[in-house]
Amino acid sequence: MSHVTPTRRPPLLTIYAAIVFIFVYLPVVVLILYSFNRDGVGGFPPRHLTLGWYRQLFADASIWDAVVNSLMVAAGSVALSLTLGLLAALALDRASFPGKALFRRLVLLPLILPGIITGLSLLMLAVLAQTPLSLFTVFLGHGSALISVATTELFAGLQKMDRAQEEASLDLGATPWQTFWRITLPNLKLSLIAAGLLIFTLSMDEIAVTFFLIGRDNTLPLEIWSRLRRGITPEINAVSTLIFAVSVGFIVIWYRVRTRGLGTQAQELLERT
Amino acid sequence: MYSRAYKTLVSVPPLLWVGLFLVLPYALMFAHSFWTVQNEVLVHHWNLDNYSTLFSRPVYREVLLRTVRIAASVTLCSVLLGYPLAYYLSFHAGARKDLLYQLVIVPLWVSYLVRGYAWKTILGSEGVLNGFFEYLHLTHEPVAFLLYSPFAVVLVLTHIYTPFVFLPIYAALEHIPRPLVEASHDLGAGSAQTFRRVILPLSLPGLLAGATFAFVLSLGDFLAPLLVGGASGTMIANVVQSLFGAALDWPLGAAISVGIMIIIISLLFLTERLEKRWSFK
Repeated sequence: MSHVTPTRRPPLLTIYAAIVFIFVYLPVVVLILYSFNRDGVGGFPPRHLTLGWYRQLFADASIWDAVVNSLMVAAGSVALSLTLGLLAALALDRASFPGKALFRRLVLLPLILPGIITGLSLLMLAVLAQTPLSLFTVFLGHGSALISVATTELFAGLQKMDRAQEEASLDLGATPWQTFWRITLPNLKLSLIAAGLLIFTLSMDEIAVTFFLIGRDNTLPLEIWSRLRRGITPEINAVSTLIFAVSVGFIVIWYRVRTRGLGTQAQELLERT
Repeated sequence: MYSRAYKTLVSVPPLLWVGLFLVLPYALMFAHSFWTVQNEVLVHHWNLDNYSTLFSRPVYREVLLRTVRIAASVTLCSVLLGYPLAYYLSFHAGARKDLLYQLVIVPLWVSYLVRGYAWKTILGSEGVLNGFFEYLHLTHEPVAFLLYSPFAVVLVLTHIYTPFVFLPIYAALEHIPRPLVEASHDLGAGSAQTFRRVILPLSLPGLLAGATFAFVLSLGDFLAPLLVGGASGTMIANVVQSLFGAALDWPLGAAISVGIMIIIISLLFLTERLEKRWSFK
């Protein structure tokens, strides 16, 4: 009987996979390369490498104002959505109330529906409440839409958690409040960090919802967006390259957190058996 | 084990918040779709005029059809790129599997805008690709159809959603018990037959999930058309955007939005059913 080992590498498939990788990475490589090109975006090959666009970028006050605005919105959104997402996850895990199954689906709507629909719906709420559009409305929008991400991550964390510890804590006379701070939260630490990083990145990058809730002050993606409409310069490549570098830094941290989480769980499993 | 007070304390705030900041806004969208605008003022007069306008004017049907075509092309292209990649990683990547997996994930975290913008600089008539063609003396004049066309929209959206499609397919492939594959080989099936009879059917739920992602996400996109689509690449969400903006007809825009919501939610409902039926126990 001929035995075909499944690990044999078919050459055509390997080439195809390589092409897909090139397709996925081509824009990023082009972007970074042309951020150092003196003669602007386009043309081939890039010539006369320069750091001039980065110098121009660092002197550009409105970009840095937008960066600060985005950081504030993202930090606020992380705080808001983690708080409400944690409560929602606890409610889904431990309480029963009418419409629980519906609630679980409603929370996820902003992930499922296009950003434009969520953004416009929130705009209608702002008009109804006669709230002028500003970074505050953007923050409320991001925070509310991203409760979906926080709830999903933290609910998964709670499901994996061992309830015996909480039971022991309550049996030994700790109040529910003490149990929450000393047992529940520390156990959820990794889920909280992972969810927080994800929400932060998503908020920093959000355009579709922000588009309809923004006031006078721009977030970074909207500042870039408004410049794109006026024409393209390597300065945008430079800022995009920096955003890329920061995103990659975040992924590395996120993975460390994730794998450490898996590591400790695997260890616990080994210790128990 | 948890007291009534505890349960109330954790349930009430998120319920109120989600009610006020998600359910109420979506309900407002729904309500607007039954109102009208008269002399640029919103009139709270309940009627079905917006919906009959949508069905009677062919322009809306045309844009919707184009949107569905674009979304379907994006889905097909993403699957054609994502599935073989996932298959390669799961079955043939060997020791480099984890590294390659993370390399696929990285672009997922990279700004949507950054990626769309990068394609714009590649495809433009004075862009990188045209510069490359000229450099090789393949063309003497810039190829103009690359940018500002439905093709450019499909390309950009495919680039963005390929990793999204890859993920659930890869997860499904990784969950296939390897003894099943070995058994198929031992019983005399070739690689192609094993793929068609064993691997493909078992990965269908993942494939379906990925395809749904790509379709739903591209269906409601309005940024890629604005960035690289031009007039011929306009999608349904762009119509919504202009009705809420320059055209100032919120009720009609709301009616289209409700239509998009209904399409997406029924699609997800359908695929959830199919996924359950196709997943093996």
